[in-house]
Amino acid sequence: MTPIDPVTLAVLKGRLEQIADEMDATLYRSAFNPIIAEARDACHGLYHATTGDTLVQGTKGLPIFVGAMAFAVKAVIAKVGREGGLHPGDTFLFNDPYSGGTHLNDFRLVRPVFRDGTLFCWLASVGHWLDIGGNVPGGYNPKATESFQEGVRFPPVKLFSAGHLNQDIVDILAANTRVPTSNWGDLNGQLNALDLGERRFSALLDEYGDATVDAAFAAFSDRAEALMRAAIRALPDGRYSFSDVLDNDGITDEPLTIALDLTIDGDRLVLDFSRSSAPAQGPINISHATTVAACYVALKHVFTEVPANAGCLRPITFTVPETTLLGAGAPKPMAGYTETILRLIGVVLGALAEADPERATAAPFGTINALSLAGHRADGSRWVMFSFFGGGLGGNPETDGLSHANNPISTATIPPVEILEAAYPVVFTQWSLRPDSAGAGAHRGGLGAVYEIETLTDADVFLLGERGKVAPFGVKGGQSAALNRFAWQTPEGWASPPMVSKVTDVRIRAGERVRLETPGGGGFGHPAERDRDALKRDLRLGYVTPEAAARDYDLTTGDEQ
Amino acid sequence: MTPRAIVGVDVGGTFTDLFYYDEAAGRFQTGKVPSNRGDEAVGFLAGLKGFGPVAGLASIVHGTTVGTNALLERKGARIGLITTRGFRDVLEMRRRDRRHTWGLWGDFVPVVDRDLRLEVDERTLADGTIRQVVDPDQVAEAARALLENGAEALAICFVNAYANPENERVAMEAAAAVWPNANVERSSGILPEIREFERTSTTVLNAYLQPVVGSYLGKLDRALESEGFSGRFHIVQSNGGVMSTATARRLPVRTALSGPAAGVIAAAAIAKEAGFPNVITGDLGGTSFDVSLVVEGETALAAQTTIDFGLVIRTPMIEISTIGAGGGSIAHVDAGGLLQVGPESAGSRPGPVCYGQGNTRPTLTDANVVLGRINAERPIGGALKRLDVEAAKAAIQEHVAAPLGLDVMAAAEAIVRVADGKMAGAIRLVSIERGHDPQKFAAVPFGGGGALHVGALIKDVGLRGALVPRYPGVTSALGCVIADIRHDQVQTLNLSLANLDAAALDRRMVAEAEAAREVVEAAGLTVSRIDTVFELDMHYVGQTHTVAVALPVSVESGTTGITTAIIQEAFEAAYRTSFSRLLPGLGTRIVNLRTAAIGRRPHFDLAALAPGADASLEAARLGSRPVWFNGAWHEAAVYARLALPVGAEIPGPAILEQPDATTVVDPDLTARVDRLGNVVVTRTGEPA
Repeated sequence: MTPIDPVTLAVLKGRLEQIADEMDATLYRSAFNPIIAEARDACHGLYHATTGDTLVQGTKGLPIFVGAMAFAVKAVIAKVGREGGLHPGDTFLFNDPYSGGTHLNDFRLVRPVFRDGTLFCWLASVGHWLDIGGNVPGGYNPKATESFQEGVRFPPVKLFSAGHLNQDIVDILAANTRVPTSNWGDLNGQLNALDLGERRFSALLDEYGDATVDAAFAAFSDRAEALMRAAIRALPDGRYSFSDVLDNDGITDEPLTIALDLTIDGDRLVLDFSRSSAPAQGPINISHATTVAACYVALKHVFTEVPANAGCLRPITFTVPETTLLGAGAPKPMAGYTETILRLIGVVLGALAEADPERATAAPFGTINALSLAGHRADGSRWVMFSFFGGGLGGNPETDGLSHANNPISTATIPPVEILEAAYPVVFTQWSLRPDSAGAGAHRGGLGAVYEIETLTDADVFLLGERGKVAPFGVKGGQSAALNRFAWQTPEGWASPPMVSKVTDVRIRAGERVRLETPGGGGFGHPAERDRDALKRDLRLGYVTPEAAARDYDLTTGDEQ
Repeated sequence: MTPRAIVGVDVGGTFTDLFYYDEAAGRFQTGKVPSNRGDEAVGFLAGLKGFGPVAGLASIVHGTTVGTNALLERKGARIGLITTRGFRDVLEMRRRDRRHTWGLWGDFVPVVDRDLRLEVDERTLADGTIRQVVDPDQVAEAARALLENGAEALAICFVNAYANPENERVAMEAAAAVWPNANVERSSGILPEIREFERTSTTVLNAYLQPVVGSYLGKLDRALESEGFSGRFHIVQSNGGVMSTATARRLPVRTALSGPAAGVIAAAAIAKEAGFPNVITGDLGGTSFDVSLVVEGETALAAQTTIDFGLVIRTPMIEISTIGAGGGSIAHVDAGGLLQVGPESAGSRPGPVCYGQGNTRPTLTDANVVLGRINAERPIGGALKRLDVEAAKAAIQEHVAAPLGLDVMAAAEAIVRVADGKMAGAIRLVSIERGHDPQKFAAVPFGGGGALHVGALIKDVGLRGALVPRYPGVTSALGCVIADIRHDQVQTLNLSLANLDAAALDRRMVAEAEAAREVVEAAGLTVSRIDTVFELDMHYVGQTHTVAVALPVSVESGTTGITTAIIQEAFEAAYRTSFSRLLPGLGTRIVNLRTAAIGRRPHFDLAALAPGADASLEAARLGSRPVWFNGAWHEAAVYARLALPVGAEIPGPAILEQPDATTVVDPDLTARVDRLGNVVVTRTGEPA
């Protein structure tokens, strides 16, 4: 191994991150569907030639993919190991959630980087495509009991063989979606990103030499491991348990538990999920790989200084039995994987809060609220508006939670109302913060939001959400936030779904509305400890109503003056 | 005193820099006086008086940070917002982002409190149809309520007002009737562009700045008047152009990057005149390094900038990328054993260890001092008598050398190299990574510190060379004097290219051009001509991001002659430059029309800045001192930079000193003084 000086190492770190960042930016700018272009549901990086371990990730990519992408590359390595035949100019495509994927909408492209005829490392790109068939436009079928009802599944296949596009694959892709143009645009965007990454990375290798860059990769991993061990060592040894539930799986209205026993032993961490519920019938299962990735996201939000590469996972042992919904296999449905990982991240944050309240953050709002409205315009053309919605983050030792934030698994921005109204026959009648949605606390949670949408044509309504039954928790004496609520207009008045936040088979007529009210974040610290001026400000600005102030903060009317 | 004199005034945090230019005599003078924070008019006037009676000046052009500081320090006015029923929280909800990718702490306080954001019944749809007409009485009532609640300025922002401004227009009339001052503006008047958060944020921040910038300009006006000044007084905008104070009062949000923009303008002009049309400007300050790209003499404009989390301004601005590496950036070894420089900074107070003001953690400046690159006996700025080299050395030993197992000199060099790497990275981001060949670019450092690092910028990035302006410290003030007059407009169109009514688009472009031109003409500065440039924001149907498509047309005899074919061709060229693949067969769409009118200022002859005939190499020689390069001490020749004659050629290692900057010439580089007095640094043996 070539020794590498600390200065070159620091310079290379910046150069390599820049390459991944630039790949991200290229895809955001050239993607067709707003889930990539606006919501940045994508990620790029460089991966180890033989292990597939993450070497370098972009700093802006979707956090959940940072942990998940290594498993995608491992799946390609396994295929090549079985079948051989890897050539420069090959590019693999797949979305199989059971071998290194997340859910079917996430399409991965994996491309080898060769140097002097030998595989040096892998470049990979992942992006969330709008629709890949299945029973429900957009793929979030809350009633799916098998993967086949969620969309078409691609194991790793060669999209390019030695630089030649395999048109058969493109044709199959186009034939299996409601939105072939959008997917074609996104696929090209991902190829743009890989092309660019390959050019930049080759130039960097030419400049520094393969051996130096290879040595840097090893050093980055060692360093991430050292930082992670230092972070774990700073926590008090012990076993900390925490659990939370999902409302239901969309099929049977019974809660599902995600339970964690977290053990800190010196500089090692054991995450044991054995006490979690069995695999579900409905689409809220996740694979072992996704579970590991989600834990990584939770830890990285707490230990922000640990860099994003595989080294930081070395001190951690995962116990994720296949008998739980966190280690599910084919053909268990997984479209709603976001809900499960959000709850899982909350559970990790909750367990860490037990270990060290001073680094704690109360629960984020914890649901993606994948809402799909679909109908036909007067000219017969189909429209599908699909979006995710925001909520509040948890209170923490420093500040109140952030209002109307994105989820911890994402850096997604929400499309503007005006963009949505220009693109789809909808009119938003409300887009505002939701009073009393935050958990009370010395530092309260951030507020959730209220979105009310009228459709100008008849429309089918689909929603895959959560937090309808058990609200985001507070920590250190802080209170829970509000529940998620969804309703739609009917001639008889407003209706709500039997599965609370999971809706399908609902149709509204032109001029009728749907209304989504999202949770805030949990509170941090006892509400009685909240600064009274801050509370009066909350009342003046309408974040907290007088009734809630009296109930949660014990504020009598006289105190308001 | 001749009435043709123009003065550029750049008011910074510490100093006010001035550049006086007598157009008739071709004579210039520079000035530097302390800024008077809070009452900038004092330093402003003191600086002007240094050139003689203020009454004799023909015009004054000002680069200001008053707007920037009010935004960064949240010291704008108490303002009110009237908006569409159901949408009072657009400003606070942002685009549902979060402060950092990693880490969930932190909150956000918008510049308008929720009880000062009132809703009225009104609604326009995306196609411009008015679904509900606004009631002027309701608006007037809301305005009165906001006034009672202490609002000093008012913003009116309705959903879809970009598509049809009628409801906003009616509302503005109703509000203005009850509002006691002129600080009332509607979003369609500020930014008729789709995206309600960005438009609301820009309109609200404009209102937030209106009373602050208005009162500041009023104060300056009165001060100038009291001195008998009767010339023109202008302000530099973030787009690098100049505007009248009347426009600045109406659109103060366009001053957000006024000061830095002027610097980039001057650097671009100097470099172009010196034969370097392609440059990357670099301003190394105490906490940050600001980089900007100039291609073929043209500065790059960004459509939008984020001042701080959630504070978005959408108006064309000179694109300035900032990284956290400055002279005060602190060097440390992290828990993973990696040397880091910044982003934490000791700033200018307490500043680097060598300032002796209480900081004990080593900074980039400390490393430069220990390596002999900065003259410890003659600190820049003049506030300190000398710099404490030993203290700097001890700090580097403790915090960097010991943990890394290096000796102190190697550690100091490592700090400089890591900082160089960050600066090179920032330059690479705006150049190579946008497809530009670094061999065609030169670095232009301005401000105090950039010239210390030109060698690394040349070698690490592979630049053609570096050009150090003759007066790096007054670059921004010079920029005020030479900047063109400019007015930018945007209008969202949302048109499909396939069904384009080119004649209707032509009429629209002509009208936009006319309106922009009028603003430039009203500014009243001498211009040699007024150019109008058009750009379309376009994409394939289905995409949300757009590419900027410059249109190769101008208004002649009342028409632009625009056709669908011209647009298609320009779009494909722009798309191919941005991405590797076109997507033939897919429809394309025009989202926005951008129009800029640019009043070109008369040519400024930079030869006026050149050293006089009396300059000589001998007179400039100050001796030599040991400077550490590449692991060893080298005896470097030291020169008084301003005394160097045209044509002087100085091989490295050498140090060129002047009151406001130090240029380091590495052993393998050579410095030459060009005919304008700039120092051009290139690899030894290569032509400039």
